[in-house]
Amino acid sequence: MSERKDLELIADLVPAGSRVLDLGCGNGELLAHLRDHKGCTGYGIEIADANVQACVQRGIDVIQLNLEDGLALFGNRSFDVVLQLDTLQHLHHTERMLRETARVGGIGIVSFPNFAHWPNRLQVLTGRMPVTRALPYEWFNTPNIRVGTLADFDGLARRCGLAVTDSFGLQRGRVVRRWPNLLASVAVFRFEQT
Amino acid sequence: MASIGLVTPQQMHFSEPLPLKSGAVLPDYQLAFETYGKLNAERSNAVLVCHALNASHHVAGLDDAGVKGWWDNLIGPGKPLDTNRFFVIGVNNPGSCFGSTGPMHANAATGRKWGAEFPVVTVEDWVDAQARLVQRLGITQLAAVLGGSLGGMQALAWTLRHPERLRHCIAVATAPNLSAQNIAFNEVARRAIVTDPDFHGGHFYEHGVLPKRGLRVARMVGHITYLAEDAMETKFGRELKADVLRYSTQEIEFQIESYLRHQGDKFAEYFDANTYLLITRALDYFDPAAEHGGDLSRAFAANPATCKKGFLLVSFTTDWRFAPERSREIVKALVDNRIGVSYAEIDAPHGHDAFLLEDPRYHAVMRGYFDRIAAEVGSPVSPEERPLYPTAEGHPPYPAASKHP
Repeated sequence: MSERKDLELIADLVPAGSRVLDLGCGNGELLAHLRDHKGCTGYGIEIADANVQACVQRGIDVIQLNLEDGLALFGNRSFDVVLQLDTLQHLHHTERMLRETARVGGIGIVSFPNFAHWPNRLQVLTGRMPVTRALPYEWFNTPNIRVGTLADFDGLARRCGLAVTDSFGLQRGRVVRRWPNLLASVAVFRFEQT
Repeated sequence: MASIGLVTPQQMHFSEPLPLKSGAVLPDYQLAFETYGKLNAERSNAVLVCHALNASHHVAGLDDAGVKGWWDNLIGPGKPLDTNRFFVIGVNNPGSCFGSTGPMHANAATGRKWGAEFPVVTVEDWVDAQARLVQRLGITQLAAVLGGSLGGMQALAWTLRHPERLRHCIAVATAPNLSAQNIAFNEVARRAIVTDPDFHGGHFYEHGVLPKRGLRVARMVGHITYLAEDAMETKFGRELKADVLRYSTQEIEFQIESYLRHQGDKFAEYFDANTYLLITRALDYFDPAAEHGGDLSRAFAANPATCKKGFLLVSFTTDWRFAPERSREIVKALVDNRIGVSYAEIDAPHGHDAFLLEDPRYHAVMRGYFDRIAAEVGSPVSPEERPLYPTAEGHPPYPAASKHP
């Protein structure tokens, strides 16, 4: 499965020994990987009970919080890296969350499903909302309340005063640097506060 | 799941005076305690359980009257705090009324029962007394200190006073200090007791009476604060005791009145009035941030050894007595110091009482955290390998157990 590969590709962006905050850390898999392979420390943030239990079980420090409530718990620049993987699209306050991510961490790394991936474009051309591997939901039951593209995120990052230091696409466990907005189902951004 | 079965309380006497935070000393005292499970050869698997307001050292198993320990749903063979892997210690705090030295005992200096003269004890004093007991049991470092509510405050105080003597702190439904509203409720309870004509300035023992009226009212007030409004509404609503209203100001009309009076009556039968005053005061006084300009982060920062501990905090969404925001204050102070902490906020309907109840989400988090501690202190065992009962006397049940068929 390419998810494991995606996880490793994103882990590659995190400098060894970093202090990491993982917003929407799921079952703690990435944090465990960063701890075991790169000597990273830090916390995961999760809202779902089952994920909190999974993190505790695997020895990952997890804090149960609703990200919509903001990151008041964390001081400015208190982490080297703040991860927000496959999470941003579920939040109402996208812009505030992004600003908070940049406030708390030196480096922000964000990933989300790229709505401009060509199969999505094709489906929209046929007059229907896309249902794909990366966006497997129907329009009426999707938890992705914010759908965007690589190009869109670039605009939001600029608006928030963030310096994008890297961006690329992920497609089936491979990095896509050529026309990622067309050829990748997942968008990845690495940014810093200017 | 299996119960620990019959447990026998023990007593330990301490002749070395215990200096108290107030400046007074507790000259000579004894502590009542119980233990469950086996201490391993490395003496690394001990967990101390601190009790809250009205509880005791009888944490798990059955006492000789057949009464279950107050946290029996959490502690026992195969339970989240698994006595097949951990050596668990329950201790009654000095000033309490369940066997440790308290106001009902005689003051050797006067020959009279301590009564209201029992020195005012604080959370820190209890923790110091507990530390001596743990030392006597031959344990230099506890795997964890666990407590809920006031017990959680003790677990926190352990990390600040004796940080090198524990690995993990597990504090459930607790707070870094009491709010004005919390203190207000405590004060109502204390006034109810102190103004009872049978209180006799705290020396009611000599008059052969008990200030039961005051204790009842104190318990009724307290009980309201342990329950969530919605849960109370669901359980009682406006249900009447009789079929029709009696238009009486004195008789019980509503079921909730009947319930509270019953709770009050029950409590007044077994709880000591002076102990109630002492313990509510200990709650009021607890405030580890006070010595650091009210900044809890600095309280942790002041002790580098504290910063190496692991913490688990749990709160319950409907607990308004020790609300989730209060636990988050502790989490923030820990995060400020880069201390390892996990925090679960359980969406349970039972208010403050939830910490004593069996909620699968809550218990799963506790189990997960204890599994982690067990792995760390070399007491791991997979569920298949867990025998129902510990092995032969004097031997640690693990890892030898894995050799059994």
